[in-house]
Amino acid sequence: MSDKIRTIDGITKESTEALIAETLSVYPDKAKKKRAPHLGANDQGSGSACVKSNKKTVPGVMSARGCAYAGAKGVVWGPIRDMVHVSHGPVGCGWYSWGTRRNMMSGITGVTSFPMQFTSDFQEKDIVYGGDKKLKTLLAEAHDLFPLAKGISVLSECPVGLIGDDINSVAKTAAKELDIPIIPCNCEGFRGVSQSLGHHISNDTIRDYIIGTREYAEPESPYDIALIGEYNIGGDAWSTKPLLEECGLNVKSVWTGDGELEKIAATHTVKLNVIHCYRSMNYMCKVMEEKYGIPWIELNFFGPTKIRESLRKLAELFDDNIKAKVEAVIAKYDPIMQAIVEEYKPRLDGKKVMLLVGGLRPRHTIGAYEDLGMDCVGSGYEFAHTDDYDRTAPEMPDGTVVYDDPSEYEFEKFADALKPDLIGSGIKEKYVFQKMGIPFRQMHSWDYSGPYHGYKGFEVFARDIDMAINSPTWNLVKAPF
Amino acid sequence: MSNLLGLEVKKVVETTPEEIEKVQNWINTEEYKEKNFARQALVINPVHACQPLGAQLAAHGFEGTLPFVHGSQGCASYYRSTLNRHFREPAPAVSDSMTEDGAVFGGQNNLHEGLENANTIYKPKMIAVFTSCMPEVIGDDLTAFIKNAKQKNCVPKDMPVPYANTPSFNGTHIHGYDSMLVSILQTLTEGKQIEGRCTGKLNLIAGCDFNTGDYREYKRILKEFGIPFTVLADISDTFDSPCDGSYHVYAGGTKLEDAADSINGKATIAIGPYATPKTFSWIKDNYSGKHATMPMPMGIAKTDDFIMKVAELFGKEVPASLKNERGRAVDAITDSHQYMHGKKFAVYGDPDYLMGYVSFLLEMGAIPYHVLCSRGSKKVEKEIQALLDGSMYGKGCKIHMNKDLWHLRSLLMTDPVDGVIGDSHGKFATRDAKVPLFRFGFPVFDRVNKHRYPIIGYQGAVNMLTEICNKFIDIKDETCEDRQFELMR
Repeated sequence: MSDKIRTIDGITKESTEALIAETLSVYPDKAKKKRAPHLGANDQGSGSACVKSNKKTVPGVMSARGCAYAGAKGVVWGPIRDMVHVSHGPVGCGWYSWGTRRNMMSGITGVTSFPMQFTSDFQEKDIVYGGDKKLKTLLAEAHDLFPLAKGISVLSECPVGLIGDDINSVAKTAAKELDIPIIPCNCEGFRGVSQSLGHHISNDTIRDYIIGTREYAEPESPYDIALIGEYNIGGDAWSTKPLLEECGLNVKSVWTGDGELEKIAATHTVKLNVIHCYRSMNYMCKVMEEKYGIPWIELNFFGPTKIRESLRKLAELFDDNIKAKVEAVIAKYDPIMQAIVEEYKPRLDGKKVMLLVGGLRPRHTIGAYEDLGMDCVGSGYEFAHTDDYDRTAPEMPDGTVVYDDPSEYEFEKFADALKPDLIGSGIKEKYVFQKMGIPFRQMHSWDYSGPYHGYKGFEVFARDIDMAINSPTWNLVKAPF
Repeated sequence: MSNLLGLEVKKVVETTPEEIEKVQNWINTEEYKEKNFARQALVINPVHACQPLGAQLAAHGFEGTLPFVHGSQGCASYYRSTLNRHFREPAPAVSDSMTEDGAVFGGQNNLHEGLENANTIYKPKMIAVFTSCMPEVIGDDLTAFIKNAKQKNCVPKDMPVPYANTPSFNGTHIHGYDSMLVSILQTLTEGKQIEGRCTGKLNLIAGCDFNTGDYREYKRILKEFGIPFTVLADISDTFDSPCDGSYHVYAGGTKLEDAADSINGKATIAIGPYATPKTFSWIKDNYSGKHATMPMPMGIAKTDDFIMKVAELFGKEVPASLKNERGRAVDAITDSHQYMHGKKFAVYGDPDYLMGYVSFLLEMGAIPYHVLCSRGSKKVEKEIQALLDGSMYGKGCKIHMNKDLWHLRSLLMTDPVDGVIGDSHGKFATRDAKVPLFRFGFPVFDRVNKHRYPIIGYQGAVNMLTEICNKFIDIKDETCEDRQFELMR
């Protein structure tokens, strides 16, 4: 947490409130009333949320949010590489979420890893007569065709819950017959208000069906940890896991990026859970703390300042052996990071960035921008809760605008007024702002780049941010005639 | 330690390299293929998406039109991001964010609130409503809901609000396109037919085509003819808009008044009989003038048919410029046919695209060896078979109806080809089979600007030919022995 209150020239609590009021002025009264509590000016010193969150999206305003299924398939379950993940219901949901999150996987596709689309492709008759029978057949087929798959998740799409199918009972029977874990996940898209409930439901299914069913073959060590809420976007885990190992820790499992089912199932024997994406996996950290007494710590692997802070925080929980290793790691990477900062900071100093992302990024990446000399002048989440906004307040300069589940109109208005040099958000926003001539990076998928986590990631991040902002192509946008 | 299920706690077991190697070899075998083709319930890597995606495409083809998803909000985000990724363009659309209470009480309140908000904030000229799963399963009555919305002034009474039922558990994106398009045309043309009026124009429907270059190519061809036209559901400016420092929510689309007047057209051509059957059948019964439905004009013969049909409908000679263009395309083809002749291909995609690929390959002397359709029908199969039967290069070629890309993988491994034509999703199977993938379909997420290069018309034939032949030459250059590496190819 920053000790002092930071401000940005030209931005005050009053100016931000005026901007919000002006933005909402075009809305119908009811929508205005609903949206107003979700937009606020940051109170950095308070350390608490300045907006309401985790409420229903206002219909018709053009939200960027997804659904519970997206949170289950795309975020929590999908990245586990050695399982078959069945999108149960009509063809679309699985097709749209097929290969579009960039959670990278090791292994051999179709043999030991399954970054594919498996669906029951519901037809009218399945809606009328129910899809349980079809599910039973397809589970056997999947096991037959992919014998090395360690388990199968069944991820329900909207119709499954509406027609009253009982996937839980089908999964239970099939798991016994096929002798592999089959996890039914009732994550229909209409449940809850966003992706967030899909994360929660998926965490609950890990609790109910997975955790505690395996033990690691090797003997336990005091340095056994798990890396939770790391999804290996663009290879992030291939940066963070080796980093933690360099610090002397045994990373026994990664949840769930490039994840392996059995290792996840044995996580209850580790000594510490290190969580990166708090929003999507805090639930299981809390379960493991309550049930198995495993402490957890929330860290930030974006940018050298935060990485250094995080590693030292982590070292505090271990003995002198780890403390010495952590200091050696920091001493090794500090000069390398310094060289990167020296290369890019002169070109990025004082540039302004606005963020709208999910999970942890609207707060966790701020430090990395600051390492490059940039200021975050607006930030918000698609599906955060109050505890996320509490954690965001100290990271954001005072008085800057915070937005929860903003509509495209609101986001556009804020950008119009704040004139950022860069916007970091998603694919739906990217081309809107690029048309306006504003440099943009997709901050869900690292814009087909990455990793951005860890020391290895910062080098790529710095290069990409410089490339986005300082590309000569932006000079071509205005025609000379 | 215990677990909630009370299961026996097992040790973490790593799969052995021997087991991996065994399965890795097995999935490439004939035996595996048979097992794979015996699948009854599991669909793996399908080629098709769901209806609402096509509906949204059609809606984007009209001026000032806001696509509106009645259903869960995640659906809208999926359709939008798919279109964003393919075109690398914005795809503004709203949803009315139905949730659990919608399942209990129906979605009317969401729809009404959504319409009012969308109309106030985004000021559309038309709102095109289509459904995702939830309202379809619970049986929402869109007709009544929208009538009530107008009565409650959620939207102005005179605003066109066409709507289509587009259940995702029936058909594919092409059927959603058809349903949305016919609804838009029915809404806009209502009461616009004027006895004795003729716009003198050709109405052209491009079908569920995700290539903006194709739309521009149709327009260019018609300009060469000097024929006035209205392209219905024209997405070319919507999804290929300039970067000039300003963003427009509605960047293009057919003018609503032109669409309304299209009912008084001189003639209408609907391209893509499998993507426009409902629309065409309604037009035939209701539009003035002559009507024709035609396959996508891919390759020379199908383009000839299209050109002659246009000439016939308007009583015009084919202009010299198009005759020359044809000649130049044929020149390109005869100059380079040797790089495609006898090459075996697997092709997959929507039925209308498949007809085009097959026809083009056959006229090049190439072999459309595996023709795979993820959601087809007997009619599609019959038509493809007729194309194959019409050429010696179609002999022995196989049609695989209602099969997916995991089936395709088995085919590529057991009965190989030299190249594959399809969309980006085929890249996994073609990588395993070590053959090139030519991305002419939808979606293309991993190459740039493909949607700007037409694949229809004579120019489209040249584009496909160039890409395919040069790739085969590249492969030869990259893989041949040093002593076979030479300047000329």
